[in-house]
Amino acid sequence: MIRLPRLLALAAFAVAPLAFAAPASAKDWKTVTIATEGAFMPYNGHDASGKLVGFEIDLIADLCARMKITCNVIAQDWDGIIPGLNAGKFDAIMSAMSITPKRMEVITFSRPYTQSPSTFAVLKDGPLANLPVNRLSLDDEAATEAAVKVLTPLLKGKVVGVQVSTIQADLLAKYFKGVVEVRTYKTTEEHDLDLQAGRVDAVIGSTSYFVSTLAKPGGDKVKLAGPLFTGGLLGKGAGVGLRKADTDLQAMFTTAINAALADGTIKKLSLQWFKTDISPAN
Amino acid sequence: MDTTFLLDTLGQLLSGLPLTLELAGISITAGMVLATALALLRTGPRPGAWFVRGYVYVLRGTPLLLQIFLIYYGLGQFDWVRHSLLWPFLRQPYWCAILALTLNTAAYGSEIIRGGLQAVPAGAVEAGRAAGMSRRLLYRRIVLPLALRQALPAYSNEMISMIKATSLASIVTMMELSGIAYAIISETYRALEVFLCAGAIYLTLTFLLSRAVAFAEAWLNPHLRAGTP
Repeated sequence: MIRLPRLLALAAFAVAPLAFAAPASAKDWKTVTIATEGAFMPYNGHDASGKLVGFEIDLIADLCARMKITCNVIAQDWDGIIPGLNAGKFDAIMSAMSITPKRMEVITFSRPYTQSPSTFAVLKDGPLANLPVNRLSLDDEAATEAAVKVLTPLLKGKVVGVQVSTIQADLLAKYFKGVVEVRTYKTTEEHDLDLQAGRVDAVIGSTSYFVSTLAKPGGDKVKLAGPLFTGGLLGKGAGVGLRKADTDLQAMFTTAINAALADGTIKKLSLQWFKTDISPAN
Repeated sequence: MDTTFLLDTLGQLLSGLPLTLELAGISITAGMVLATALALLRTGPRPGAWFVRGYVYVLRGTPLLLQIFLIYYGLGQFDWVRHSLLWPFLRQPYWCAILALTLNTAAYGSEIIRGGLQAVPAGAVEAGRAAGMSRRLLYRRIVLPLALRQALPAYSNEMISMIKATSLASIVTMMELSGIAYAIISETYRALEVFLCAGAIYLTLTFLLSRAVAFAEAWLNPHLRAGTP
């Protein structure tokens, strides 16, 4: 992209205060605006009164206290969240966003603060209830190939729901293109509804997210099935998404996350929200 | 601008064009038939007229986005709907989108056609009656042709807004033009170029449609053409 479109892009997002549009010069971070999807419990969501709640909301409070800065948390639709960051509408993304090479082309990340495998959720009485369950690292090419070979006939012609622009969508596109019919949803809550309604045979997502799917009304009809995918194009966990220019902010977040990992804060919050520890491996 | 990217994007977007045209074509056509029926009911005796009033009130008074959500996600939550004969249709996002678009455009369309019906000159109706036409023949020969002709310019507005309304089908997983545009943006994060391309395609569509309606208008109104004595 050359200069003109970038200028136009800035103009298109002119609703954002100019102060945010020129963050590279602001070395002294006092206030940081953090965007989260607000529709991805237990990571982030809205409670009955419309307030943002969740694992990440609690983590943001902890990290910002450590960094001694004021943080404003705002809700932002998932499918516009990266363009919004680069257009200066906010300074950071904390929305269970996995660190992947594709995203690294346009933004940068802090170190990861969580890592959880991806898998399928299916109806207990549905056609895919008996998918084989095992751990599978996509870094192990031989094992991946073997697993895809086992899964392909089982998934043939089935309808699988996935949220747009996620690592799980990439996974389907890479390993099961032409095998399954992919339905793309704007939010995970919508694909959960369609799973329960029987419109899709399975949805694919993060195991940590599915904690909330199983806890919802009707979640007793749902179970997790199929391999627990990690590694490869799934990245090395979720980190804070930041503009490439803001290396100082990146360092601040990484230091704060390291401290929160070291004193067990992230483990404690993880157990509180997910009932399991999804602290990253390293 | 990066022309290779633009061309590539345009190509990908055009793959969603058939679906956009299908959604718009089917819902505009079915909507127009339903709108005509509703308009006739509305101008008729009371119980029917009241029903149409209520229907129009509800469908015009709520956002189309909400109607699509209600039909797609809302109906799917009832067990009895899932076990009914309609489920094979309502299970498909395609038919849910068409149903919502059709019901919505029929509400707006019926009011436009009602306007056309009420603008039919009383003299024309009287002349038909005087010639001994039955009610059915009167409507077929005199009232409906005049009403539809008079309603057409206003109806073209509704058709154009339907073309744009098909973009809402992307929220129920239909990968039409806008759905593909969103998907490309979430892969490339280049909102500006992709939306410009999508906008250009919609602009072309609405241009072609408005020209087509203008021709239809000229054809239906020979007495208004320039040069006609």
